[in-house]
Amino acid sequence: MSEEHVVVIFPHPDDESFGASGTIAKYREKGVPVTYLCGTLGEMGRNMGNPVFANRETLSSYRKKELEEAAKQLDINVEYLGYRDKTLEFEPIEQVASHLKEKIEDLNATLVITHYPGYAVHPDHDALGAAAVEAVKKIDSYKRPEVWMHAISNNHEAELGEPELIYDITPYWEHKLAAIKAHLSQADGMMSLLNNQPEQLERLKTERFYRYSFT
Amino acid sequence: MKPISQTEVQKKIDSLAKKDVYVHLETTNGAYASHFNEEAYNVGAFIRNALVKYQHGKIVSTGGSYRVGLKLDIGWIYAEGVSDFEIDDKNRLLMAGHDREGRLMVALEISETPFSHEADPDE
Repeated sequence: MSEEHVVVIFPHPDDESFGASGTIAKYREKGVPVTYLCGTLGEMGRNMGNPVFANRETLSSYRKKELEEAAKQLDINVEYLGYRDKTLEFEPIEQVASHLKEKIEDLNATLVITHYPGYAVHPDHDALGAAAVEAVKKIDSYKRPEVWMHAISNNHEAELGEPELIYDITPYWEHKLAAIKAHLSQADGMMSLLNNQPEQLERLKTERFYRYSFT
Repeated sequence: MKPISQTEVQKKIDSLAKKDVYVHLETTNGAYASHFNEEAYNVGAFIRNALVKYQHGKIVSTGGSYRVGLKLDIGWIYAEGVSDFEIDDKNRLLMAGHDREGRLMVALEISETPFSHEADPDE
């Protein structure tokens, strides 16, 4: 029985697949349990499938099922935090942080993977990343998990320098692609976008994280 | 959703007039617009579960898509660019406009019951 437990904290169904599924697959291969704390159901997403099969009111049901399929592909557990898509930055950060702290401690997380606040493009990414960092700060240092942060913004490397953790996830690419494709309503839009911008697709084969320093 | 039938939508708009109704109105070009194109702007707005009563409403064809206007006692509700519609199993009028890749650009939805936080949890 492994003593490690990886807890992934992102706001939308599919963030886990695009952002960290290669790394997740690597941990699963080692037998380390992985739990995805998914902030929202992505109910305000713009992609409705192509051709369109969802609408604003049914999108959340589809996305929940899609995440279940991706979780099956990656062999991870999913828990929903119950916030609403696009609104996380308007919730009191202290409340969200306490909520996350409880979850992280219950799961005995040894590693938390989240977005890099301020460098994660989507306001939900920035807000939940900030709350996750706050949550871990509140945990006593002797049982505090590491925090790895995923940055997305075009300017992040110019401002933050190269990330400390750079993983070539090519060996896990099949897992990652399967997980991304499980997000049917979202994948098509993203994949066509990525196909038009090959450097973005290439970027998916490397997962890069900045380690948060608590000192 | 299917392409808008002006007659069918007008009939539904008429049947919801002069009643307390809940409205979801939204427009968006996505949170990544300026990430993928630095010339672009991120713009969007939504209101969910606005409780209103409209005197009358009309759907107008622009040849390709439609505009919808609902006249309130002290204001208006307006959407441009809707092209698809559905009257769903909860008898709600859902209208939306999508771009070539099927991404939602605008939505206007009218319901006699509040829109829920998410779709039925056990669906």
